[in-house]
Formats: sequence, structure tokens, C-alpha cells
Amino acid sequence: MEQTISVSVNGRQYERSVEPRLLLSDFLRHEIGLSGTHVGCEHGVCGACTVLMDSAAVRSCLLFAVQANGRDVTTVEGLDGGHEELHPIQHGFWEKHGLQCGFCTPGILMTLVPFLEENPDPTEDEIREVLSGNICRCTGYQKIVEAVQLSARLIKEKPA
Amino acid sequence: MSTRQFGQPIKRNEDPRLLTGRALFTDDVQLAGMLHVAFLRGDLAHARIRSIDVDGARQSPGVAAVYTADDLGDYWQPGPLLVPPPPVEQIEFYQRTQVPLAKEKVCHAGEAVAMVVAESRYLAEDALDGIFVDYEPLDAVVDLESALAEDAPLVHDDLGHNVNARVTQAKGNWLQAEAEADLIIRRRFSYDRGTAAAMENRGIVANWDAKSQHMTIWDTTQAPIAIRNGLAAMLGLSEHQVRVIAPFIGGGFGPKIMMFYPEEVLLAWATMQLGRPLKWIEDREENFYATTQERGQVHDATMALKADGTILGVKDVFLHDAGAYAPYGLTVPVSSQCTLLGPYVVKNYHSEFTSVFTNKPIVTPYRGAGRQHGVFVMERLLDIAAKELATDPIAIRRKNYIQPEQFPYANDIVFQDFTQLVYDSGNYGPALDRALDLVGYEAFVREEQPKRQAEGERVGIGVVSYVEGTGIGPYEGARVTVESSGKVSVATGIGTQGQGHYTSFAQVIADQIGVKVSDIHIVTGDTDLFYWGAGTFASRGAVVAGNAMHAAATKVREKILKLAGEKLEVAEEDLELVEGRVQVKGVPQTSISLGQLAVEANPMRGGVKPGTEPGLEATEYFGPERGATASGVHAVILRVDPETFNLEIEKYVVVHDCGKVINPLILDGQIQGGVAQGIGNAYYEQLHFDENGALLNASLMDYLLPTAPDVPNIVSDHIVTPSPLNPLGVKGAGEAGAIPVGALFAQALDSAFSDIGLEVREIPLSPNRLFELVGAASAGANV
Ligand code: FES
Ligand code: FES
Repeated sequence: MEQTISVSVNGRQYERSVEPRLLLSDFLRHEIGLSGTHVGCEHGVCGACTVLMDSAAVRSCLLFAVQANGRDVTTVEGLDGGHEELHPIQHGFWEKHGLQCGFCTPGILMTLVPFLEENPDPTEDEIREVLSGNICRCTGYQKIVEAVQLSARLIKEKPA
Repeated sequence: MSTRQFGQPIKRNEDPRLLTGRALFTDDVQLAGMLHVAFLRGDLAHARIRSIDVDGARQSPGVAAVYTADDLGDYWQPGPLLVPPPPVEQIEFYQRTQVPLAKEKVCHAGEAVAMVVAESRYLAEDALDGIFVDYEPLDAVVDLESALAEDAPLVHDDLGHNVNARVTQAKGNWLQAEAEADLIIRRRFSYDRGTAAAMENRGIVANWDAKSQHMTIWDTTQAPIAIRNGLAAMLGLSEHQVRVIAPFIGGGFGPKIMMFYPEEVLLAWATMQLGRPLKWIEDREENFYATTQERGQVHDATMALKADGTILGVKDVFLHDAGAYAPYGLTVPVSSQCTLLGPYVVKNYHSEFTSVFTNKPIVTPYRGAGRQHGVFVMERLLDIAAKELATDPIAIRRKNYIQPEQFPYANDIVFQDFTQLVYDSGNYGPALDRALDLVGYEAFVREEQPKRQAEGERVGIGVVSYVEGTGIGPYEGARVTVESSGKVSVATGIGTQGQGHYTSFAQVIADQIGVKVSDIHIVTGDTDLFYWGAGTFASRGAVVAGNAMHAAATKVREKILKLAGEKLEVAEEDLELVEGRVQVKGVPQTSISLGQLAVEANPMRGGVKPGTEPGLEATEYFGPERGATASGVHAVILRVDPETFNLEIEKYVVVHDCGKVINPLILDGQIQGGVAQGIGNAYYEQLHFDENGALLNASLMDYLLPTAPDVPNIVSDHIVTPSPLNPLGVKGAGEAGAIPVGALFAQALDSAFSDIGLEVREIPLSPNRLFELVGAASAGANV
């Protein structure tokens, strides 16, 4: 019953034979050991499991690994170019204390990557709106919002 | 001397790992040969188990073992009582604690009945379908008052009633206060259940290595040392054979200090049976049943006052929902009982509660831990009294505040840590003034509110005060070591769940040793690295472990100065510690690095003076005489949408006094996060149980947590009244944000609907419930 899939994750090609029912989140975390993607609800509400698939933010707990066959996936581990240098969004969160326990953080960062590409100058309302699908139980969101505002500035300042 | 790190908004040492997905959480642990566990949980809240047939599950693919209560033999034991009842006269207390797997009956929905171990979680869950339990459904105990009726069904048959405890505490003479009163306010208030809903569910990995006779357990616990001691005893192992690691934890908020959860007891046992590592990770649905909850209480409260608003006394009689078992003793209701007194002079107090067993999930402390209820009752009584006396709610509070010169202030009752409830310090008036100022109270009530109400808007204001006992004992410890690299490593026994301990503790140490905060590496929650400790609860990390850090670092500083004095041949008083070096004051050329000194402190050959200890290292402990009293004022302006009854929080102010502040960035985060949880508790989150004890909203789709658009920006400020009970002068801050929000919303909503005489007497609310209450108030009815 297993199916062979080939998925590119953070620029590296993985070929695995998986059960069709295997969730993409479990595939990433347990099959290829990228456990930076977190699972908070397994039913699509909390956003902790958010990753990029072909540059769009998706919830990996709502997808099967086989649906990622032939696709390009980016997880939080790919955000700093493999230990190269923190992404400006990561810097923004560090500076502004945008995380406490850090469990929701990978999903929030991955939600923000395409958002800030499309909205380099977001308003506070837009930031709160895009984050409305990511639950953070620790921070009360205020410092996350500040972190996003700083991230937007840092992205702009970053030499291309 | 370099700048002091204490008090600086320093960004956190732990963040790079968390931000890059490289921090280890329990579910990230992968071991060769690991098996996975799933639990069959009762879907009825109360039912006798006639039989369990697990044959189908045993045949299921990939299954290594299936266990029911009968398979556990003598290992099947009710869990320990974590907190004994307080030393209060004439207390009644009936101990019933949770069991590893239900044996004769299930006592709450989701109680574990059988455990399956298989090659993967998917296969373990498949096998659950092969288990058949023959249940005889029983009537469930859900409502607190009905639980005490003569003919109520019994949660624990052998007990003969549903009472977990009865406790009365009193001071002064309530009857006399009542007799002398010009005004008596008497009301019933209720608070219902919610759940902590940390984003990380619970999880355990247990690995028994038969060859080395050693057990390693990764556990999402707030109390790793207590878990080690308890499991070692249960398994007949020495404490040295068990290592418990609480790695990064995705939020705790209280329920992760509960122990022992059945899963902890079972995985540790089963890995020894099977000789393979085991992993269990709770899923979100399980979390709604299997992780402890809080907040069900019903209070019948009476306040006696003089015509000028002076409180003469309070009588409060309440029921507390303990859930099906009460492993945590009476911490929550005793906290409610004590916190009710708040920042006020209450000369006469009579408080009695009955803690009641129900067929609902277990209740243990969740951020605030009973304090919400006390604050709610007291603040509501004052609001209602102010209305009756036609005085201002602010004036009545101010009138009754304990004055600065009255500290330490003895309340003559016993607190949750079993010491007398004595407030160490406080200064309430300035916090109130500051909050009124920041929220713009005068302008709002005089001008803005009347104007906007006249235009058909519903806008209200609330201002409430609270006191919070924090930083209780018994003790914590810390070991501080300067390594030969010149960097500092530190270990402590408490676990950390996002509070920033890796940074705030480092700040405390940096000031003593003169190294950069980022050069201090802290390990928390690994029992092999630090043997002693109690755990992270009751807003005590910064106070108790923080002061242990300070004590150990001070000791290390002494050692550094002594040795450097010898090496540099100068008097210790002439030395200073600057950026990782010890130097002669004002003569940086004459110096030695801490790394070099650490090497010298550990000679490899030759003799030393008798009594010499190796290394630049010290271990110290700190145990406060009693808790440090934090306090604060929250203020809010909110608008109710007249159509949808959704709330818009226009302004939210917190003025808080937690003594000296180690890291304002982290403190603000704690306050803001606490308020967000308080807002959820006040207006979004409620667990709905039906009359059979079934939980109707066990998913994040149906149980609403506040999201980014729901939570306002919070304006905060601090008043600093240092605690005299610890050298750093700090008080706890972890719970303060969450505690008064219910009381605050109630007052603000009453204010928005004052024309129809709305009087909110319950929390949580929701748009629906507020709509009902407003409808009833307009009709002059009670609902
Ligand atoms: S784990 Fe995927 S949305 Fe919660
Ligand atoms: S930082 Fe803990 S859930 Fe967001």
C-alpha cells in the first residue's frame, strides 16, 4: 500500500516510501527528522504546523505527505539558509520578544514569510488579521505584532 | 564596573534555538527501536466497567502490548496526594486520587481505560478499535449543588457522599459585623471551567536501559525532580537510576505541574516490561479530557458595610468543583479563600467552602489557581455596594485599602503554603492613581461615556484591584560554575516553559561575576544536572530560584576575588570584575581572565592548602520565610456592539507591583500573555458539559481561544515596592495578568448597561450569554 514520494524540503530532495495516510506534518517531523515544525491541534486550527509549499503557507497537519510529492517544501529549518544567518523575521522576533515558549513560533514565522513578501508595509490590523489563524497562548500577540513591524523594516533595509 | 544587567530589557538567550526550529521539545526525541502508545479513553463520564475485551487489539498489526488495569498487578495504585490539607482546625478531608487505568468504573469522560503499544502511533490508534468495553452507564454528578443532595449519584461509591473537603477559616467576628452594618450586600456569584490549552500538548518518552539499569524520561512537566523521586519509588529504583528531563516546554500554565498523570506512571512501567523506549504524545482532543482544568466555583457571599463605605466584614460560603479526583489537595479553593481579601482591610471574615467531587476531568491549578474567584467575589461586592451607597467605585476601594505603613499586614488565616497569610509589602494608592491616569478615568466618566451613551453606544469602564501571593517556598537551588573557557554554566532544578529563565537568571548572575549574559548557559529541568528542587508554580521561579542564583553567584564571586587576590598579589578590595576578567581597580593591565582563573582553581598536580575546594563553583539554596505579595490594578474601557454583543476593548491598562524587575521585556510579556488568557477566560472560553458529564466542545474549533484580533495592546506601568523577604527584592509576576480580568469585565459591562441595571455575577461570559443577561435586566428579571 505504500507509495514512493519525492519531495524537496529546504532545497534537499527526499525520496521515501510512505503510507497514503501519513500526514505531511508527521512526515516532516518523524520521517525526515525536521522537528522544528510543531503540531498543536492536528485539526487545522492552531497554525503551529504551517510550512511553505511552493511558496504558499499551508497547514501540514491537513495535508498528506503524498500530496507533497513533486513539490517544494520549506520549513522553519530552511529559513536561516541552514545556520547561515537569521532571517530578518527571526531577528524581528528576537529583538522584540515575539516568543515565549516558542512552540507556536515556527508556524507564525512561516505564515509571515509570504505575507511580508506581498505586504511589505502592513498595517497593525493587517498583521493581526493574517495572524488570526495562528494561536499563541503565551504572548498575548502584542509583542508578536511589534516583531512583525520590525521584521518588515529589517526586510526593507536588507541589501538584496 | 560594567553596567548592571539586572533591570535591563535584554533579549533572550534561548531564542535563536527556538526561532530556528532547533530547540528540543519532548515530541522531538527520537530513539532507536521506539514504540508508540495510544490510550483508549472512556466516552462516558460515569459508568461501571463490566468487562474489557482486548483480544482484537492484541491481534492488530504492529501491536507490541495492550494493558488494562488488571495487567498492572500491584503496580496499580491510586496516585499520591501532592499537597496535604492545610493545618486548619476542624477540617474535613477525604482523599481520592487518580488511578493509572480505570478498573471498576470510569469517573470522568476521557479517563484512560486501556493502553496500546505499537510500532507507530497510527498502528496504536488502529488497534484501539479492537478493544470492546462493556459499560453500565451510571447517572453523572455534574452540577455542584445537586452533587450534595441526599440521593445524588456517587463519584466514589465507598465514600458515601461527594464531599472532598470542608474548610472554614475565620477572623474577627462576622456576626457582630453583620449586626453593626448599615448596609448588607448578599449575592450569588459563579465561575465556570476553562482549560489552560498550552499550545504544546503533554508528552512523555520513557527509556529503560536494562544493561545500564538506568531510566531516562523526557516529560512535559513543570516539576522534573518530584517526578523522578516519585517514579523511582513506584518502580523500586534508586533515584540515581532515574533521570527526568523537562526539555523545552510549549507552555505550562499550571496543569503541567500536576502529577502523576496516569501516562507518566504507565510509560515508565511499560518500558521496563518491554525493554524498548516508548513515546506518548497527547493529541488536542485528549488534552481536553486528560489534562487537568480549573475554575468551577459557586459563591454565596455577603458583605457588611458602614454607610460611609467602610467594609465591616465579609462572609463567603462556596462550593468548589474538584473534578473526579483531587490529587492536588486544596490549593485552589484555599487560594480563593485567601485571595478574596485583596488589598483591603477586612476585620471580620468568615469563609467556608465545600470541595465537591464531580464526574468531570480533574481540577488542579491553572494560572491564577483559585485567585480569580476570590478577586471576582470581592470586587463585585464592592461594585454593588458602591451602587447601593451611590458612591464612586474608585472611592470605595481607596477607602478600604491597607495603608503603606500597615505592612507587614497579617490576615490571620492560613495561606496555600500553610504559613499565615501575611502581606510582606505593598503600596496600593499610587498604583490606582497611575491606572486611573493612564486609562483617562475622569474624562471618560464625566464626558466621553455620557456623550457616547447618549448617541446610542454601549461603552463601559472598569477598574479593579488585586493582591497575589507569589514566590512561595519551600526552596530552590542553583549551581554556578565558571568554566575554563571563561563562560559560566548554571544548573537549577526547576523546569521552564517560556518564562525566559535562561535569560533572567543569567542577568542575576552576570551582575555578580561580570560576564556577558550571553556567556552564561543555564540548564533547567534535568535531574542529572541538579538534584534538588520543587518545581515551577505559584509565580515562584524568579523569586525562589532567582534568589538561589544570586546566592550561588555571590559565593562564586567571593571565590574569584580570593583566588585572584592570591595570584595577582593584591588585596581583594582592590579588585573588580569586568567583562570576564578580574583586574586591579583602574589598572586593566594587571588582570587575569576568569577562564585562566578557573584553570588555576583546578590544579592537576602538586599540593593545595587543606580545605581548598576545586573550581570556581558554588551551590546555594534559597527558601523564603513565606511568599512575596504582588499586587496591581487593571483598568479597561470597552464597547459592546449593540447588534452582535461582540466586545471591542478600546483601552487596557495594567499597573503592577512585582517588586524589583529583573527584565522588563520579559515581565511585559508575562503580563500581556496573562491578560490575553484572562480575556479568553472572561469572554470566550468555557467548557460545556451536558447533564451526563459529556464535554461538548473538546476541540479548538469549538473551544475558542483568543486570537490576534481579539486581544488589545496593553498599556502597562510598574510600581516598585521591593519584597523585604528576599535579597533581590523581587516578587512573582507569572499569573498577575490573568487574575482580575473577569472582575474587570463585569464592572465595565455593568457600566455600559448601567441604565438598565445590569449586574454581572458570572464568568465566563460570551456574546450569547451577555445578550441573555441584558435582555433579562431590561425586563427586570433574573436569569
Ligand atoms: S497542528 Fe496544524 S493547525 Fe494545529
Ligand atoms: S510563545 Fe508559547 S504559544 Fe506562542
